[in-house]
Amino acid sequence: MDKVQSLPTPAGRSELPDKPLIAIEPSRSWVALNLSDLWAYRELLGFLTWRDIKVKYKQTALGAAWAILQPLLTTLVFTLFLGRMAGLDQKNSGLPYPLFVYAGTLPWTFFQNAISNSGNSLVGNANLITKVYFPRMIIPGSAVAAGLVDLAVGSVILAGMMAWYGVAPSWNLLLLPVFVLLLTMFALAVGMWMSALNVQYRDIRYALPFLIQLWMFATPAIYNPPSNVPAAWQGLLRLNPLTGIIGGMRSSLLGSRYAWDWPAIGAAAALTAVSLVYSAYTFRRLERSFADVV
Amino acid sequence: MKPIIRVDNLGKQYQIGARAAGYMTLRESLVGAVRAPLQRLRAGRSVPETVWALRGVGFEVMPGEVVGVIGRNGAGKSTLLKVLSRITEPTEGYAHLYGRVASLLEVGTGFHSELTGRENIFLNGAILGMARREIQRKFDEIVAFAEVDRFIDTPVKRYSSGMYLRLAFAVAAHLEPEILVVDEVLAVGDAEFQKKCLSKMDDVYKAGRTILFVSHNMNAIEQLCSCALLLDKGRIQHFSTDIRHVIKEHLFGNDENELGLSEWINDDKQFENPWFKPLRFFIADKDGNRSRMPASNDGEIWFQAEGVIEQGDPALTVGYAIYAEDGHLLYWSYQSDEAPDQWPKLRPGRCVLRSRIPPRLLNEGLYRIEMIGSLSHRKWLFAPGVDAPSIFLTIQGGLSESPLWMVKRPGILAPVLPWSATDESGKPL
Repeated sequence: MDKVQSLPTPAGRSELPDKPLIAIEPSRSWVALNLSDLWAYRELLGFLTWRDIKVKYKQTALGAAWAILQPLLTTLVFTLFLGRMAGLDQKNSGLPYPLFVYAGTLPWTFFQNAISNSGNSLVGNANLITKVYFPRMIIPGSAVAAGLVDLAVGSVILAGMMAWYGVAPSWNLLLLPVFVLLLTMFALAVGMWMSALNVQYRDIRYALPFLIQLWMFATPAIYNPPSNVPAAWQGLLRLNPLTGIIGGMRSSLLGSRYAWDWPAIGAAAALTAVSLVYSAYTFRRLERSFADVV
Repeated sequence: MKPIIRVDNLGKQYQIGARAAGYMTLRESLVGAVRAPLQRLRAGRSVPETVWALRGVGFEVMPGEVVGVIGRNGAGKSTLLKVLSRITEPTEGYAHLYGRVASLLEVGTGFHSELTGRENIFLNGAILGMARREIQRKFDEIVAFAEVDRFIDTPVKRYSSGMYLRLAFAVAAHLEPEILVVDEVLAVGDAEFQKKCLSKMDDVYKAGRTILFVSHNMNAIEQLCSCALLLDKGRIQHFSTDIRHVIKEHLFGNDENELGLSEWINDDKQFENPWFKPLRFFIADKDGNRSRMPASNDGEIWFQAEGVIEQGDPALTVGYAIYAEDGHLLYWSYQSDEAPDQWPKLRPGRCVLRSRIPPRLLNEGLYRIEMIGSLSHRKWLFAPGVDAPSIFLTIQGGLSESPLWMVKRPGILAPVLPWSATDESGKPL
């Protein structure tokens, strides 16, 4: 060993720590969330989000305009078909139907893209997972975060539409960040859960678009639940966290012209918290086998 | 001094068989869940097919050591690196690391072809665990090392593969962890690039970092490492600072004949003939003792054959044919190649024929040597490629004294030849 001892010690560090900096062992059945590790890698979350945004619109002719076009076109289609033809615009609390629909499709589009992108994110980043260590939650996390930029861009159009229709924001607007946070957290919970299951069961990839479609009908993004749904179903609809979240967003944006649905909002907040915790623990539990299975 | 890496009883088990394909579909696992209890009833006990990729591995590494991890394919080298870099979890045992660790299992992990060189430097740096400020500080250095300054704002999909590799390695080379875990990254790229990587690794080593380094390049292991860890079937076979010894054990096992015979013995009365009946042949040192493999290219490597002559014949030729690993014939050599008065004298009875294989003519690698013999233009006694017996010769190290020639060069031969230089008029300088 004399060959070794003659070597210089690493610069700037004379003593090794007493406790190991990293202890690698089989994890116990109850997994800690290891949030400190997540915090240590926050810069990577930023970089991966930035990569997702950057790559998304490279080589597209319209670039970031897609962030606006997607909800805008959806709104247009719904306005024409449901608003004019099915007469839904008569039944929504007196708000201009395009504004009403856009305020719903904007968060819905975000949600749908977020769970679809993050659901496929782990499988899509298999090369990272098998080659380098970092908290795996960062991958679905960055897929959700990348969608926030689209949401912000789309919000500019919303502001324009509100000005056009003469709907002034009220103090309710102060609550908007809460609903954006709830929406993001719920999308993260679903996306993270889907992404972990997707590693194990590739069925998820095919089931996901179908699930999104069903979910859209169960979400009052284009219609107004109290006026269009039988009373018996209203309670059930409130169990969909998106009912409370999207409704709450409308209320905070459109002011007094769209009443708060507090039971739905309460249910949404509670369900978001529960599903986020459940999803995080499931993720951690499955995380162990990601590199071996993916 | 305290170890910076302490590994004890580390084991990693993989499931094989049904799950070898990795992921499964929901249907499979639902069907499996229904079937499993039934099968258990039927078979009494279901035994999942598992394999230990790593088992009972324990070792300690002191700060500043460079550990070369060697072993055959499937020996568990990559699994060990993956466990130590926290990519996969061990099944049992533990590893304690007393320093920050960075792993380099692949060059260019996370590179995105649509992004520019500049963007990829930041992305890749972040993925490898560098902070943004650290990358910013080293940015110019990285670009200079990669020699891509002109293309730094070009998407890397337009890079040549060489540029891509250089850039990827440049980022990795500027990591400053206390422990660096490196897989066979030097296996990629051309010789020039490999040389650059090796010398950069040498810098890292001189900076006193602890490195775990997997390679099949025994020269690199010998030059860079302070100790070598030999894995075999998931277990540690040998861990020692005597790197040459560990390498030998890796290449030839404890049983020297494992890779192929390094000696041929005529034990079942083959090649009966009165002119030259071979008894045995082998690679010998200068004293006629059997050489241990691998042989150093600057050492004494002798072909030595023993046979019995009952009836002398002036047309007798005995010698050897040598083939490169890919089967290419390099040359034949006979005892009767020089002018007749230079031929070794042969007479009836037992005789030993010897010839030195020129030092530093062959390259590093594995060669096959056939003993060939004939009565010239009349009859083969043991014909090359037909029935001639063969042994193996492994040459390892001793390639040259030059500091600029450190790794195996391409080519079947690697002669060290003299050079001279003159001025324009041809006068020596």
